[in-house]
Amino acid sequence: MVAVSDSDVRPEASGPGARDETLLLEVDSLSVSFSAKIHAVRGVSYQLRRGETLGIVGESGSGKSVTSLAVMGLLDKNARVRGSVKFKGRELLGANDKAMSRVRGKGVAMIFQDPMTSLDPVYKIGRQITETLKVHDRKLSRRAARARAVELLEIVGIPNARQRVDNFPHEFSGGMRQRVVIAIAMANNPDVIIADEPTTALDVTVQATVLEAIKAAQQETGAALVLITHDLGVIAGMVDRVLVMYGGRAVETGSVDDVFYRPRMPYTVGLLNSLPRMDTDERVRLIPIGGTPPSLANMPPGCPFTPRCPLAIDECSNAEPELMETDGSEPHFAACIRSEELRGQDRYQAGEVFGVEPEAIPTELVQSFEAEALADQASLAEEETKDEAQRSETSS
Amino acid sequence: MTAVELEKHDESTPERGEPVLRVTDLEKYFPIRSRLLKRTIGNVKAVDGVSFEVYGGEVLGLVGESGCGKSTTGRAVLNLQPATAGSVQFEGRELVGLSRRKMRPLRRNFQLVFQDPYASLDPRMQVHAIVAEPLVIHKVAHGKELRKRVGELLQLVGLNPEHASRYPHEFSGGQRQRIGIARSLALHPRLLILDEPVSALDVSIQAGVINLLDDLRHELGLSYVFIAHDLSVVKHISDRIAVMYLGKIVEIADTKELFARPAHPYTQALLSAIPLPDPERERTRRRILLEGDLPSPANPPSGCNFRTRCFKFQTLGESDQAKCISEEPELGDRGIGHENACHFATVEQALI
Repeated sequence: MVAVSDSDVRPEASGPGARDETLLLEVDSLSVSFSAKIHAVRGVSYQLRRGETLGIVGESGSGKSVTSLAVMGLLDKNARVRGSVKFKGRELLGANDKAMSRVRGKGVAMIFQDPMTSLDPVYKIGRQITETLKVHDRKLSRRAARARAVELLEIVGIPNARQRVDNFPHEFSGGMRQRVVIAIAMANNPDVIIADEPTTALDVTVQATVLEAIKAAQQETGAALVLITHDLGVIAGMVDRVLVMYGGRAVETGSVDDVFYRPRMPYTVGLLNSLPRMDTDERVRLIPIGGTPPSLANMPPGCPFTPRCPLAIDECSNAEPELMETDGSEPHFAACIRSEELRGQDRYQAGEVFGVEPEAIPTELVQSFEAEALADQASLAEEETKDEAQRSETSS
Repeated sequence: MTAVELEKHDESTPERGEPVLRVTDLEKYFPIRSRLLKRTIGNVKAVDGVSFEVYGGEVLGLVGESGCGKSTTGRAVLNLQPATAGSVQFEGRELVGLSRRKMRPLRRNFQLVFQDPYASLDPRMQVHAIVAEPLVIHKVAHGKELRKRVGELLQLVGLNPEHASRYPHEFSGGQRQRIGIARSLALHPRLLILDEPVSALDVSIQAGVINLLDDLRHELGLSYVFIAHDLSVVKHISDRIAVMYLGKIVEIADTKELFARPAHPYTQALLSAIPLPDPERERTRRRILLEGDLPSPANPPSGCNFRTRCFKFQTLGESDQAKCISEEPELGDRGIGHENACHFATVEQALI
């Protein structure tokens, strides 16, 4: 009914065997710096094929969001972007705004984290969807655009779509708004959808339905998906391949099974071990990664993970390691000069690489704390009896 | 390799004695006033009849999604927002209805730890002053003694006492949360109410703070009410868990029991919705998707307030549905083995 894009040839499944091999998005040594000092992204490369889902995972400040904003050409003027971003073979970096506008929405669409700020509060939902449709298809009639808007809302699971299309964003709950954002993103059958923390602002039961909506959108359009999140659980359930970011660089990439079951970069091992697990009954002490993530303005020399790494040796601070191929069922890369030592291992037990944190509280501290508590209680009781005595005196 | 298992408290279940905290039928309503005459025209029933106990050295997890009233419960228990009705007893002493003046000497016994370590510390105060403040207010210590105590408190939470002269902005999120914990421990409380204490932290940092909280309660014999939306964190730290929905507790059980044998449909949906960091499991997991949105707490559905989103309700016969619509399910055992608030509770296994 609307603008038939070239995504008609849809892959049957997103499994590794059925994957279409045409490259949709090629990101090559992408770097982003703000001013001379802050290097938010330092040489990230990835490729995305039709129908494939790539997860980008990392903690706050690892550069995962900036990477995708750079791909979309949405960064501020003060950002210096280098490297190359090719969409279907055409370079996007340096393209003018007009050319980018043709790609945005139709070629590559984006879903942002906060659905309240990505929808315009003064326009009805329907208008915001039809606007996206009409930008890319000027000949589209109002009636057809509206019908398509209703259809899109139905796909993402909004009940009574026919009525709801005339609502304003504030009449929707957070989860429903995010579904509207997904509907807008898939409106023009994009080839690639980039979702930046699409469920972080939502509750878990709502998250589950929104993730279903994203899957539905992906199935409907056959789009490739880049899913950016800090939630390893969401990554595990949604993606085919994972890219782990740390300090503005990709430190490990591979199939989701390889990265989760056979991590070869100490940071990934640490990240997986530091999670409390819901699926085991024994209470095992959590293994935090010591220290703090590096400041982007003041990167340590060599591997940025060195100060926190249990495997670090002197050599680690000499040069930043490139992604190197390691073992796995599919191509699997890790940026660690000691990843050899992690080879052959499956599913690390807690404490295997990072060592168990020593008992945090020295006994003498506990003892003096308890002694003080007793003393305080005694003095408090004394005061209370004094108060009582005073009160009975005044009353008599 | 050997994992450190925390089994110290496992045998403590049968002998629990008197609870430290006993909350009975707690209600907290926020009035909705008319625009013109400011007359009360309704109530937002944020907490609507919540009862639970916390025993010495125990951690009670309070979970639920945003708007379910878990934080308001925490605040009403501490009398920071006076309860509308009900009773809160701390070591046998009634707190509801006490004036601010009467509350003040009692406050040292129970403290609140806030979620956002960036907002809960005054940026213009040195860490020393922040941690010392409760000790100064309650006139517990001064001078040299004060400095010694602050130093010890900082060490207790794993911070360097030499950093006491620094300001909060010089610390990372995890360290700030430790400062907040040190402040809450200053007066030797017996109960801490932790309101989403690790939600604002990155996972690699979060683990350290969870370990600290675990150590503190074992070493110092503290009781916690641990409020959070992240069930995996709550599971890790809690002995018992209460699940809240729309101002009410819908299920309460020992941690193992709740995860192995959830009986309330909402708990089941909640457990099934949590993504696990395990690709193989995620591919085969059954997910219960809830329809619709959280109803407004100003106008909750009649009878069982979960029925509007309940997947079980839809499969029931008409007479059974009528029961859900007209009759509010009380917390009770219903042959399940732990308390739940569903007329048609049945155990669902293998949701994780």
